[in-house]
Amino acid sequence: MYDFQYARPANIVEARAALSGSNEAVLMAGGQTLIPTLKQRLRKPSVVVDLGSVRNLGEVQIMKDKIMIGAMATHANVAASPILAKRLPALAALAGGIGDPHVRARGTIGGSIANADPAADYPAAVVALNADIVTDRRTTAADSFFKGLFETTLARDEIVTSIHIKVPEKAAYAKFPNPASRFALVGVFVAKFKDNVRVAVTGAGPSVFRLPDMEKALAQSFTPDALVDIAVSPDRLNSDIHAAADYRAHLIGVMARRAVAACG
Amino acid sequence: MTHQPSATGIGASVKRVEDLRFIRGRGRYTDDINLPRQAYAHFLRSPHAHARIKTINTEKAKSASGVVMVVTAVDLAKLGGLPCGWLIHSRDGSPMKEPKHPVLAEGTVRHVGDPVVAVIAETVAQARDAAELVEIDYEALPAVVDMAAAVSGAAPIHEAAPENVCYDWHLGDEAATDTAIAQATHVATLDLANNRLAPNAIEPRCYIGDFNSATGEHTLYTSSQNPHVIRLLMGAFVMQTPEHKIRVVSQDVGGGFGSKIYHYAEEALVTWAAAQLNRPVKWTSDRSEAFLSDAQGRDHKTRVELALDKDGKFTALRVRTLANMGAYLSTFASVIPTYLHGTLMAGNYTTPAISVGVKAVFTNTVPVDAYRGAGRPEATFLIERVIDLAAQETNRDPAELRRLNYIKPSQFPYQTPVALTYDTGNYERTLDMALAAADYKGFAARKAEAGSRGKLRGIGIASYIEACGIAPSNVAGALGARAGLYECGTIRVNPTGSVTVMTGSHSHGQGHETTFAQLISDKLGVPFDQIDIVHGDTARIPFGMGTYGSRSLAVGGSALVNAAEKIVAKGKKIAAHMLEVSEEDVEFDAGIFKVAGTDRQKNFGEVAFQAYVPHNFPLETLEPGLEETAFYDPKNFTYPAGVYVCEVEVDPDTGVVRVEKFCAADDFGKIINPMIVEGQVHGGLAQGIGQALLEHCVYDGDGQLITGSYMDYAMPRADNLPTFQVETTDQPTPCIHNPLGVKGCGEAGAIGSPPAVINAIVNALADLGVTHIDMPATPQTVWRAIQSARNG
Repeated sequence: MYDFQYARPANIVEARAALSGSNEAVLMAGGQTLIPTLKQRLRKPSVVVDLGSVRNLGEVQIMKDKIMIGAMATHANVAASPILAKRLPALAALAGGIGDPHVRARGTIGGSIANADPAADYPAAVVALNADIVTDRRTTAADSFFKGLFETTLARDEIVTSIHIKVPEKAAYAKFPNPASRFALVGVFVAKFKDNVRVAVTGAGPSVFRLPDMEKALAQSFTPDALVDIAVSPDRLNSDIHAAADYRAHLIGVMARRAVAACG
Repeated sequence: MTHQPSATGIGASVKRVEDLRFIRGRGRYTDDINLPRQAYAHFLRSPHAHARIKTINTEKAKSASGVVMVVTAVDLAKLGGLPCGWLIHSRDGSPMKEPKHPVLAEGTVRHVGDPVVAVIAETVAQARDAAELVEIDYEALPAVVDMAAAVSGAAPIHEAAPENVCYDWHLGDEAATDTAIAQATHVATLDLANNRLAPNAIEPRCYIGDFNSATGEHTLYTSSQNPHVIRLLMGAFVMQTPEHKIRVVSQDVGGGFGSKIYHYAEEALVTWAAAQLNRPVKWTSDRSEAFLSDAQGRDHKTRVELALDKDGKFTALRVRTLANMGAYLSTFASVIPTYLHGTLMAGNYTTPAISVGVKAVFTNTVPVDAYRGAGRPEATFLIERVIDLAAQETNRDPAELRRLNYIKPSQFPYQTPVALTYDTGNYERTLDMALAAADYKGFAARKAEAGSRGKLRGIGIASYIEACGIAPSNVAGALGARAGLYECGTIRVNPTGSVTVMTGSHSHGQGHETTFAQLISDKLGVPFDQIDIVHGDTARIPFGMGTYGSRSLAVGGSALVNAAEKIVAKGKKIAAHMLEVSEEDVEFDAGIFKVAGTDRQKNFGEVAFQAYVPHNFPLETLEPGLEETAFYDPKNFTYPAGVYVCEVEVDPDTGVVRVEKFCAADDFGKIINPMIVEGQVHGGLAQGIGQALLEHCVYDGDGQLITGSYMDYAMPRADNLPTFQVETTDQPTPCIHNPLGVKGCGEAGAIGSPPAVINAIVNALADLGVTHIDMPATPQTVWRAIQSARNG
């Protein structure tokens, strides 16, 4: 890696100050993507601002009808959270299926959604759960947060602080892993709320997206069979050596049915 | 004379003594070695698959911070190219095309990763920083990665090989084969590929060159499987330095699988540069570089035809293969698709007429060479796949079709139509054992049960035979080997009776320190913990050939047996002197020299001590000392064989294949340490299942490696594998020409498992009309096979 300055702020104010010092400053929230890119000399930041010491940024709490997850909650903490185990086990299971134990010990929910990797798991969850993404300056609905490949509405110096999730009646995530990386080749998160159903897909396209046809069908009848006749178009889906677009389109249907089945 | 097997002798599952240091992080790998004043090399590699180098400007790099030297091909004018160790002749008698493989690219780059410039600096980071300042002006040339395209009019990669063909080799009786195929009742024909693999040893390659200007001695610390071979090739061909001035040290090595046999450019460069700079130069590969520079494996395209008579007996086999050499000939690249592949085409069967033609092709890809199994997995895959196809097409049970065609125990020694003479074997026994372990008869019920869950269950069988213990020298030499293929060992009995064993074999994970100590303990009656095994240092061991081709125990172990016999013979002379009897009256057993028929005796330690305290030796007839060396050159290969049965479930909705059960029955002859043998089979099976389901080096049309990291190159992991049911045969057929009766076990798992897995998948999909599936059988590949079968 190239040389860089390293800042370890104790709070958000200090973090903002460290970021504002240079246009080439980057935030690190676990570093599971940033560190490998630094090691391969693919990025050359002036300052790495590590959020690892910012206090009270990794809690999982109940707030009225919502669950608040601090941006620096690690995948391991989300996976092991007693609150989530009781109220939203699908999200705990999703976190427990990310990467390997080393990645889960360092990687965070805030880092994952801010990075907006097209194959990351969390974007599917936050979109399907209609989450609010709270930053140091505003609140954005997950539906409008993700803009494209590694692209969000976040300003360069904006810091995600927490994610607020409405608790659904039922939810499940079905992931088809890339055989090599085990990132999601296709991941479908299904959430059934009192008056609507939301279905979000990661891994298959340049960015997370919803499937309105499936949502409508499931609102009518929340069963796997309700999805059998809904074809997913391969247009605009990713193609690579592991899965061409038509195979991904097919897998979206299979994973969606499995997620609904897993909701019980 | 026999004695009770001890807890640490031959046949005991002694825990691996080397693991104490490995699992506690106390191993000493090459990267753990740091020499005073060491500088670091970084290699600037070609980003193009094929390009002419118009200019290289190193001025800025030379003046960058910390840089001590920047090297291009111009500086290496006195060095030779990296040699190929085996000369193959084409069927027209012409020698193979052997274009120069320079240490650094000379005017042309021929694959992505081809080293062009070496930057040497005080730190790794400084070397990398400076490398970014080197300006290279490339003129891109058309690249060819597809073998068929390479041999049909593509622009030549080397002037010396205008048609991109290295050789066009043939073995067997073509006319008889053609006739038998024309007259056959049935001919099964299959076009298949053997997928290219990246070796992925857990320890990337690492080299340190050092030079002693006072003595003129070079030392190379290297992660090599065969330090003497490196010394020979680098000294004689590249450095042109006499061997006695080169020491090559290769101690703890973290896996090789073949990829660390070869002499690599980086070894020569650091050795040369250390002498130029008069200071040590170190290079450690990172994983990304390993994907671009470690010799890769397999990569064949084949048409195979198997002819059967009306009873199902095989009457002929015709094989036509394109074998990818990559951009240059690696050290043993030429022999892998020929004498380690074509000669195995009889498999375990009595096929009377065989014709195998192999065209070796240059492409703009990383060089290809031996990888665990080396030619034999490719042979086994095509034989065992076409047999299953024949069974499917003629509606025969694949187990019984194999049984019908096996070479029977009474037929040994068996001369195949493709040069080899198998010494011993009992293939039916391993078939019966594997089928019993797999509950072959109960498969239909399991298939029905899986069907009720919406899953497609399949079972696949593969027999394999391999030619191991790569040797003998006279045969190898007649076939074009440029080196001997014996092995050596020295046993040094120390004055206090402990033993130091110097072996030419090399351990890079195999457990020699345990197995060889068991062997010596057994032969000399010396306690296991009084024996140390030394390997991997040309200054400490005799001229050995190293480890590859499952040869260590069969060839290296046999050398040690012969050396032990010399120790016993010498010990008898000393004991006879001590006991004042004639040598013929002394017997040796379990560490005791005894006067026959009396209770007069001397133990091993007393004899050892006397050997070095020869106060009253009759020096005219008895030399002091107790140290013996033996060089062992076998009469034949060894022929391990076995049968593997794999059972899979396919999820038709996704194409995912799960290996549910894997049963192996192997015949390795005599076994020294059953636990280590089982571990070797487990590792081989993991690699073979990895090849069948996951691993694939993929280049795009421009020659860029798409699978250049673990994000895209899929390695097998524990959850891809079932609990293996591994056993060795209860009716072993020991090798009859080596003193231990051993055959070798290191590659078997990787050889027999790919066809067993693919046969099982095809069996699962056979009801849909699927007749073949290429490796790796990824979910997408399997799903597409199902889709196209369903869509007719």
